[in-house]
Amino acid sequence: MNGAAKNKNGNVPHRLAGFPSIRRAMLKPLIVNGLAFTGGFTIMSLELLGGRILAPWFGSSIYVWGSIITVFMLSLSLGYLLGGRWSLRSPTLAKFGAIFVVAAAILLPTIHCAEPIMVYVFERLEDPRYGSLAAALALFVAPTVVLGAISPYSVRLLVRQREESGKVAGTLYFVSTLGSALGTLATSFYFVLWFEIDSIVLGLSGALLTCGAIAFATHRWQLS
Amino acid sequence: MILRALLALALGAAAATAVPSHADVDVLHRERSLYQTILVTRQPGRLCLQFSRRTDRRNQSCMNPQYPKRMVFTYTRMMMAALLLHPAPAKVLVAGLGGGTLPTALGELLPTATVDIVEIDPAVLAVAKEYFAFAPSDRLRVHIGDARVFVKRRLRSAIRYDLIMLDAYSSDYIPEHLMTAEFLEETRALLTERGVVAANTFSTSHLYDHESETYRKAFGLFFNFKTAVSGNRIILATNGSPPAPAELRRAAARWQRALKPYRVPIDDYPQLLSLEVDWDTSKRPLTDQYAPANLLRE
Repeated sequence: MNGAAKNKNGNVPHRLAGFPSIRRAMLKPLIVNGLAFTGGFTIMSLELLGGRILAPWFGSSIYVWGSIITVFMLSLSLGYLLGGRWSLRSPTLAKFGAIFVVAAAILLPTIHCAEPIMVYVFERLEDPRYGSLAAALALFVAPTVVLGAISPYSVRLLVRQREESGKVAGTLYFVSTLGSALGTLATSFYFVLWFEIDSIVLGLSGALLTCGAIAFATHRWQLS
Repeated sequence: MILRALLALALGAAAATAVPSHADVDVLHRERSLYQTILVTRQPGRLCLQFSRRTDRRNQSCMNPQYPKRMVFTYTRMMMAALLLHPAPAKVLVAGLGGGTLPTALGELLPTATVDIVEIDPAVLAVAKEYFAFAPSDRLRVHIGDARVFVKRRLRSAIRYDLIMLDAYSSDYIPEHLMTAEFLEETRALLTERGVVAANTFSTSHLYDHESETYRKAFGLFFNFKTAVSGNRIILATNGSPPAPAELRRAAARWQRALKPYRVPIDDYPQLLSLEVDWDTSKRPLTDQYAPANLLRE
């Protein structure tokens, strides 16, 4: 906050003088938390769709879900690591936005390349356990690693003092996990009833792209 | 996250909680398998298999221990109408083992045929063997796995089937990926030239229209088989064209004696097989992309 000059009475002379900066200060956490929410939403929505995408080739046996959950956990852990490392290099909202744009782009092959990839795996791996694991690795590692980078990067963007780091991280975990819960619910209760799987993935990609655009716009607006 | 919790729950080895049983229902076996709770109960005059924790739920399969050949359920009898559509099935596939009623009967009625059974849950096989006198053999081969995967693998071999019976159920209904147009097209591709598919479905659900459209998409015309006493609707679809009524009646006459011990009133069936479209054709067929089956059923 830029210290607004006080008048003789010690009051802020113009009620709007300090307003834009206050708004700016509040805007960043709002944007970053909102984007982290969308990231969490996308991760679980995609994970849920993963089961549907693999079922025609690998069935709905318990190990298909085992493969999907393993791959998502593994990818998220890698994503956390990479996102944390990347946050060391002069973090900005624009770079944060780039994570979303990359995630949006990297989701698209899930639509068009899923079938040939699953055929390829199906023809080479007889055991449906390793088949589903290999297919899940091929399909979901890239987008989930990128989506995993969102959380640690968000923390870096919002933490300004060591004392508040726990609170900031806690809020971000809260928001992104809430997003995950809602993503699971919305996808399994409603999206699959209203849309085709490919349309849902396209929608997720569109949402991520919008997030990226919002981050870029906020970045430029803050510089202005 | 919810999925993870569910999975943890499913994997939990905790013993199933005791459920109060009806006075006339004895629980002989209760087991929580990887896919469901398996319950074997003794009810008056019959032994039943259920996929639920509560004894008052739908029976998946029942047997009269005194007369094991007698088919207890109307729907299993109705499934035998498939024999009217093919003169002599030599290769048979049954998806969903249950108590083994259908494959056992088919093995007996078609003494030279081989019957492949695909069942996802190994615990169901164990229970069928122990309580329902199901006896796998060279001609009655059980494959543990997902029916969708089995069909896809078989398509890559030279093996084709004259008769495929779809009777794979979870405690709820048919799993979504086993009722899409793509699955039915794969199933159709696995049939011989005059091959027949018999599918056990429900006649009273909102899914009826969607399901019917899905079958129409994959097979064109098919026989709808409903009876007044059963909530099941059997779909009988052929790879070729459906046989004429006279041909069905001749086949029924041929099978009548052999089916008597099973209590299958095959003579009554030809007139009940209908090619009529009695559903809302504007409803969307189910596909791998769009299969909210369990949501549509509500």
